[in-house]
Amino acid sequence: MADKLRAQQQLEQLQSRYVGTGHADTTKFEWTSNIQRDSYASYIGHPPLLSYMAIGMGEPKEKVRAKMIEKMIQPVGKPPEMQD
Amino acid sequence: MSDADFETIRRLQAERNALAGGTKGSKTFDASNQRTDVSTKASLTESFDNDLYEREGVDKYAGYNTSIAADGDDEDMEDGDDNTRRLVGQYTASRDQMNEFSSGAGVEEEDILLGREKKAAIADRETDYQKRRFNRGALTPTRADPFAANSQAGVEAEGQSYREVMAARELEKEEERVRRLISDKQAKGEDDVVHHEATLKKEDTSDKENNEAGSTVSVATSRKRKQRWDVSSETPSADAAGATEEKPKRSRWDQTPVPGAEEGPKRRSRWDQAPTLTGATPVGNQGLATPMHPSQAGGAPMLPTAFGTDISSRNAPLSDEELDLMLPSEGYKILDPPPGYEPIRTPARKLMSTPAPMGGAGGLGGFMMQEPESARMLGKQMPTDIPGVGDLQFFKAEDMTYFAKLVDGADENSLSVDELKERKIMRLLLKVKNGTPPMRKTALRQLTDNARQFGAGPLFNQILPLLMEKTLEDQERHLLVKVIDRILYKLDDLVRPYVHKILVVIEPLLIDQDYYARVEGREIISNLSKAAGLAHMISTMRPDIDHVDEYVRNTTARAFAVVASALGIPALLPFLRAVCRSKKSWQARHTGVKIVQQIPILMGCAILPHLKGLVDCIGDNLNDEQAKVRTVTSLAIAALAEAANPYGIESFDDILNPLWTGARKQRGKGLAGFLKAVGYIIPLMDEEYANYYTSQIMEILLREFSSPDEEMKKVVLKVVSQCASTDGVTAGYLKENVLQEFFKSFWVRRMALDKRNYRQVVETTVDLGQKVGVGEIIERIVNNLKDESEAYRKMTVETVEKVVASLGAADIGERLEERLIDGILHAFQEQSVEDIVMLNGFGTVVNALGTRCKPYLPQIVSTILWRLNNKSATVRQQAADLISRIAMVMKQCGEDALMGKLGIVLYEYLGEEYPEVLGSILGALRSIVTVVGINSMQPPIKDLLPRLTPILRNRHEKVQENTIDLVGRIADRGPESVNAREWMRICFELLDMLKAHKKGIRRAANNTFGFIAKAIGPQDVLATLLNNLRVQERQSRVCTAVAIGIVAETCAPFTVLPALMNEYRVPELNVQNGVLKSLSFLFEYIGEMAKDYVYAVTPLLEDALIDRDQVHRQTAASVVKHVALGVVGLGCEDAMVHLLNLLYPNLFETSPHVIDRIIEAIEAIRMAVGSGLVLNYVWAGLFHPARKVRQPYWRLYNDAYVQGADSMVPYYPTFDDDKLARHELGIII
Repeated sequence: MADKLRAQQQLEQLQSRYVGTGHADTTKFEWTSNIQRDSYASYIGHPPLLSYMAIGMGEPKEKVRAKMIEKMIQPVGKPPEMQD
Repeated sequence: MSDADFETIRRLQAERNALAGGTKGSKTFDASNQRTDVSTKASLTESFDNDLYEREGVDKYAGYNTSIAADGDDEDMEDGDDNTRRLVGQYTASRDQMNEFSSGAGVEEEDILLGREKKAAIADRETDYQKRRFNRGALTPTRADPFAANSQAGVEAEGQSYREVMAARELEKEEERVRRLISDKQAKGEDDVVHHEATLKKEDTSDKENNEAGSTVSVATSRKRKQRWDVSSETPSADAAGATEEKPKRSRWDQTPVPGAEEGPKRRSRWDQAPTLTGATPVGNQGLATPMHPSQAGGAPMLPTAFGTDISSRNAPLSDEELDLMLPSEGYKILDPPPGYEPIRTPARKLMSTPAPMGGAGGLGGFMMQEPESARMLGKQMPTDIPGVGDLQFFKAEDMTYFAKLVDGADENSLSVDELKERKIMRLLLKVKNGTPPMRKTALRQLTDNARQFGAGPLFNQILPLLMEKTLEDQERHLLVKVIDRILYKLDDLVRPYVHKILVVIEPLLIDQDYYARVEGREIISNLSKAAGLAHMISTMRPDIDHVDEYVRNTTARAFAVVASALGIPALLPFLRAVCRSKKSWQARHTGVKIVQQIPILMGCAILPHLKGLVDCIGDNLNDEQAKVRTVTSLAIAALAEAANPYGIESFDDILNPLWTGARKQRGKGLAGFLKAVGYIIPLMDEEYANYYTSQIMEILLREFSSPDEEMKKVVLKVVSQCASTDGVTAGYLKENVLQEFFKSFWVRRMALDKRNYRQVVETTVDLGQKVGVGEIIERIVNNLKDESEAYRKMTVETVEKVVASLGAADIGERLEERLIDGILHAFQEQSVEDIVMLNGFGTVVNALGTRCKPYLPQIVSTILWRLNNKSATVRQQAADLISRIAMVMKQCGEDALMGKLGIVLYEYLGEEYPEVLGSILGALRSIVTVVGINSMQPPIKDLLPRLTPILRNRHEKVQENTIDLVGRIADRGPESVNAREWMRICFELLDMLKAHKKGIRRAANNTFGFIAKAIGPQDVLATLLNNLRVQERQSRVCTAVAIGIVAETCAPFTVLPALMNEYRVPELNVQNGVLKSLSFLFEYIGEMAKDYVYAVTPLLEDALIDRDQVHRQTAASVVKHVALGVVGLGCEDAMVHLLNLLYPNLFETSPHVIDRIIEAIEAIRMAVGSGLVLNYVWAGLFHPARKVRQPYWRLYNDAYVQGADSMVPYYPTFDDDKLARHELGIII
């Protein structure tokens, strides 16, 4: 019991520090959103990669960056309807 | 001294300091762990050892204040005296003395009864002041909850309203005042002027006659109550207070009886009162008008009626009906009274009879022999098996008072729901309080889960009386407090009517001596305030702010500070401002300021954002008409400044002027407070201001140097050292204005006798020394080294030591140097009790002077030799210790011949019988070996070592530690001077050392194995060690494993691995585990070298990872971890993936140790082969239908994510859904 409680607390702490971490009840939507956001963040965070993509897309680097930041909002569409 | 000389000395000192500072982490031989630290591998001594050995670091709580004065620094409350009425006068030691003994500041010998003392009830070790908690009566009445969500306007909530509480407080105050008046009159005679500052000032003068007549009614009615700050607060008092103004204040006899009370409290005169246990003051009686227990009102005479304190609740004999109810009817008959029996009719005598059923339980009244009421002695009557509860750990006589219902054998079916509930709670509480740990756990959970069903009332009415029990012990209190804490969460706002009840019980925890009790108290109060809300907390505690009893005000102030830290200072600030400016009573102002004082003590630098507000709040009180308020204000400012240091001077701007001018006006206690505040503010200032303000205050400080008051001395010393250490105060200023006076007043023999003064003077002198330099200080005190008082000499040596240690000796002139050495030698020789202070002082001075000591060394050495011959063991020990301190300097001075002489003398003393002395002698030898080197050592090593071998068998820790150190050093530096056979003998002796308790010994032994193995080759040592893997003790096996790791490291792994792996074939679990453990250490130590051995050990690991025994797999996993971390980036991925395949099925292990090792191993492999490959294993289970599967997979995922989210980006799975696809990754140019 105490162990479970502690594990739970640790998990919550982890989650509050790293948004991208998950748990047994993480939904596909949450997980894939995090994947997309992390991916965009990673592209933006590696300037050579960003320039490569910008050239490939035929757009200015800054524009690509801005677009990617935009896309981080609801990267995989709207959250699924809550059913209860 | 010439400049050149000076430079040489400076240079030498700098070198020596660099040497001392460089030992940690330097690549040279490290004296502390005996290893030449040239590898980049994990340190043997740090975290890794923590798994193996118990921690022996410093106390985790060192530096915390583990005891506080119960009423802070503000001790001068005259009504703070113990004013319970006693028939017998009490003579107690002063608080200072008691605190000194209770905190055991070091000199007192260990109290053999301490252990028993600790076990005894909490009440037994409380000070008189703390005992006053019992004066507050049992339980205060339940309060109405004006903030309840569904309360309707105009409907009177159940329980006492704010108005009633305030009226009652008013009445108490009046009562207290009159009582004082009367006692003053009685004490001084009729014509005396009454000095007492009345709470109601106007009436006091105008209506004096009336008061003397003892009638409070007319006074109360004639007074017009002013509403000031309690109107503005958002309590319902606005209309309530209006009502009070219209209505004449109720006096006691027309007071509405509180529901449940059988009669209102009567004021009794003193002489006919029986010695009650508590509640002798009218304060106490007030509380007793309350319903003690829900069951009591219902007529069923529950035992909490007898809750120690109240004789007033029942003042009539039990009627026959009541007795019938109480006593079983079947099987008994009522006897006729014996002929000639006359019941006592005189009420006075009846009152003198036993006041309460629990008189024996350590009450305050009268004289009673304390009788140990242990469960053992009462074993017969006390059942440990209560029906429906099970077997308890213990059951005390007092518990019967509360839990009697559980054994009355009533038929459960005939009870009402409420009664059943009550019994259920009782049973659970009993389980929590007296049960075994598992019982406790389940009962606690049931209580928590059902808290809302049980309801706040029934719960608290049972818990709180238990907490007020006089025989309560720490453990029980802790558990009950825990219960409260848990149910508070669940009850939330239902708790409101009981807030005051809880506070009365919990507040005393805030002034407990026990640190943990204080923390618990704080936690409860902060949870309580979060549950009840600020408004309710204020309206509940407001009446206590100007309570007549100082104890109540003090604890309330502390509780308020906790509320402030829980709900934020800004929320409480308006209220505090109002309280601190209260015009109605100075007690309220005093308490308000005290709250402000407690807040920084509690919150530290977290007050900084609100500093301005807090200071403004209390600023005006510096000029208060009441001296006590002024004093507490200055203390509060001191506390604020201390917490704010080094920031926040701008917040104090407004009060600087009043503070400094105020300091000129004050005398005595008040002045001490002001000076304290000044002392804490000056360090916050910038240079110029600090300089100016210091010069302003110095005049007063100098005047107070000669104050006879101990408290004042303490404060003055503190302020001087604070002033001296600020930048703005120059050395010139100090020399000119302060030093002369300071030394004249404080460097006197008398100061050395009192320990507190002693310490303070030394500290202040050292602080002054930081500014004015070593020479100045030592010049003034060096003569004291030859003083006739030993304590004074000691004080001088300690000061010299501290000053010289921090500032060096470069500042000391030639003549002074001579006097200093002479003095220190004199002091050293003249000591009657060998003291570490003298030793430290001598060592520090000699080391600081360095080569300048050369002329004195012969004399010093002859002193040492002479003392080594002394009859007394401690003298010999100290002399040997001194050798280890000064060996370095002797080498610098080129006194090798002298050292040889010392070495030979020490060698002769190896037969010493006192282990402490022997340890010191070995230490001295070691330090000589260290400085002169193995080859030029006298006596030669080949003579020395054989003498050491038998000493290794000595079981004394100090001897062991020093021998092993010495042997290790010889093994490291000059193994060739001894033959291999001798080294093997030592190896066998060393095995025993692996069992030592002290970590240092085990560590030194392990390292020595390494050195010896290096000296004579690993084969023989290894054979010895491998045999030792078969022994029984775990610790020994673990240490052997470590030693094998070390041998492998020092002699290259290939010399060890074959034999080690061969040992794995022994079909014995212990041995195999030991081998795995050694492998684990081995791979940890050898790091990258592992890449050559991975393929060699893989088959062994395969076998270990598929073993049935889980410890086996666990240890194998830790080997895998270390191997994997060693080969990161070295191209052993194939082996790692192979091991991963074997590891992975262990993912579903549940034992925490096992699963942790497995996860660590998988993480390590992820490091070695990259996250992409390992994540391929993870995707499979993240969304598995079974939660039990998902959980460990998500754990792996989270770990990978935390450690390298970025590296995971290329490897996320591809999704079919178009929205989820990551097209950017498909771009190819």
